[in-house]
Amino acid sequence: MNFFLTIVLDGLIQASWLFIVALGMTLVFGVLKILNIAHGSFYALGAYIAASAVTMVAARGFHPGVGFAAMLISVALIASAVGLLLERGLLKMFYGRDEVVLLLVTYAVFLIFEDATKLIWGVNPIYATQPYELFGNLEFAGLYYVGYDLVLIPISALIGLAIWFGLNRTVIGKIVLAVMHNEEMSVSMGVRVNRVYAIAFAFGVLLAALAGALTAPKISMQPGLSSDVIILSFAIVVIGGLGSVEGAAVGALLVGLARAASVHLMPQAELFMIYLIMAAVLMFRPEGLFKRETARRI
Amino acid sequence: MKNDMHPLVMVALVAAVTLLGRALPTWTLSLATVAASNALIALGIVVLARTGNVSFGQGLFFAAGGYGVALIANAWGLTDAVAQVIIGAACGGLLGLVIGPFIARYSGIFFGMLTLALSMVFYGALVKSTALGGSDGFNVGRPTLFGLSFADPREADFMLYAVSIIVTGFAGIGATFLFRSEFGLASLAVRENNLRVEYLGISANRIVSVNFAIAAVFAGASGAFALMAQRHIDPQFAYWTTSGEFVFIAVLAGNQSVAAVFVASMALELVRSFSNLYLPNTWQLVLGVFLLGVILFLPRGIGSLWIRNRRKRSTSTAKAPLTAERGATP
Repeated sequence: MNFFLTIVLDGLIQASWLFIVALGMTLVFGVLKILNIAHGSFYALGAYIAASAVTMVAARGFHPGVGFAAMLISVALIASAVGLLLERGLLKMFYGRDEVVLLLVTYAVFLIFEDATKLIWGVNPIYATQPYELFGNLEFAGLYYVGYDLVLIPISALIGLAIWFGLNRTVIGKIVLAVMHNEEMSVSMGVRVNRVYAIAFAFGVLLAALAGALTAPKISMQPGLSSDVIILSFAIVVIGGLGSVEGAAVGALLVGLARAASVHLMPQAELFMIYLIMAAVLMFRPEGLFKRETARRI
Repeated sequence: MKNDMHPLVMVALVAAVTLLGRALPTWTLSLATVAASNALIALGIVVLARTGNVSFGQGLFFAAGGYGVALIANAWGLTDAVAQVIIGAACGGLLGLVIGPFIARYSGIFFGMLTLALSMVFYGALVKSTALGGSDGFNVGRPTLFGLSFADPREADFMLYAVSIIVTGFAGIGATFLFRSEFGLASLAVRENNLRVEYLGISANRIVSVNFAIAAVFAGASGAFALMAQRHIDPQFAYWTTSGEFVFIAVLAGNQSVAAVFVASMALELVRSFSNLYLPNTWQLVLGVFLLGVILFLPRGIGSLWIRNRRKRSTSTAKAPLTAERGATP
């Protein structure tokens, strides 16, 4: 029983940060119809910025809580700026081209970011462990957990609820949903689609970077981080259905639990399991678990 | 079609390029071998892209070919270069024949994702398989040709160069015939509108499956070349960034000319080796900027530099860029 609980808790912890990453990816796809390969790079960017911020604050002798706040604020500011710049400065030029072309554009962005992070932060692993001790250790049903890990679960649940509420219960959210469903119709109804695009993309980048910041204290930042994260969030988004918030949640849970289960039961099958689930979902429900039916244009 | 090159001229061109290897300095030889091998797999992506589907998982067949050859080479002591290429092509092709019919139902972005997923399943399996060396992979011996072994490294390089140029060259000639055939034209029709192709009584799924198998054969043979050139194999062969690089070459080339694939692949290898030399750690950055520039300024690939005018005169239906035209309607 304890063993089972360990798997579930580990899975939930994994799922919590994966959900935030995947949420950004699914929003960007829903609104802009771009499958963003560079999304993992934004995660890595967030993690690196967070590490710098935490180290800077810690060097001045402040409390780790200040470091935690500083990392979230700096990541939020820089990531939104990067997102806006990329959308207005680069992606805008490729709208109207095929989805696969846009995918390649984001692949180019991924390549550029890959080296840019190496140039800025070097190739050696860097750490930002100070906030990890912030919440102490907690005992949960006889198991000891690092408090920080457990705190991630409610944080991501809150973010998910906030986005669900924002999309479904506010005017701005309804506008975004309208653009997701039918861009041409939204334009003719007077929606400034360009602005929605810019905001949605920046928000997607922000979510990825935020997830990066939240996980930064748990991991070591080194090259290759982004390509590992992108294949996980990719699997989640595809399992859940591209463009669906609920799908991202279910996908993240599935992938998180599958990862935790295979780590505990069959370590050799970790990545294999996740992609097997993804391939199976694609075989039987190519639109993902939560995609609504759309009319086919002939 | 009267402007198209005669097959004999193409064969002569391949022979000339092979002999040119005698005059090239050694470092260019190994570069050209890698370029030819990458061109072969990118050619497969172009073949497939003519049906409107871009595979982001060619690394699967690349690795299947490489591992197949490496295992057989180590188990039976088979080192003949030509036999290895045939085995690689067979391994890739068999896998392509199995997967193709399943995957042909999908198109556009879903096709790309499914191929990527399958290659990552393979990667995940390879990384954890201790029998195959896990993430470190394993080494294989030096290739021979028709019973001759090459002790002199320059001779060995030239042998590999010659085999890769000849195989890739003939694959290119084959692809040219394929593009001109009824089947090739039907593939283009699938890209334009697969439903209408079905109304005409042709199976769009079958066309995609066959093109997929051809691409897999090319990828498997390319994996064999990569193995012979490196004499080492590891799961990185199947990782998604490897596949991405091949798609990159295909996009760079565009789908208007087979020769463009070779030019693009060589250009990429040159850019890679020079930026490795002069700008270490920024090679991907250079590559990314390069890719953006091509997509922005040469949407039909570098083939359009010398093909564009002729096409405008000869046909009114200019071909669309490599990947354009199709949405994600599954």
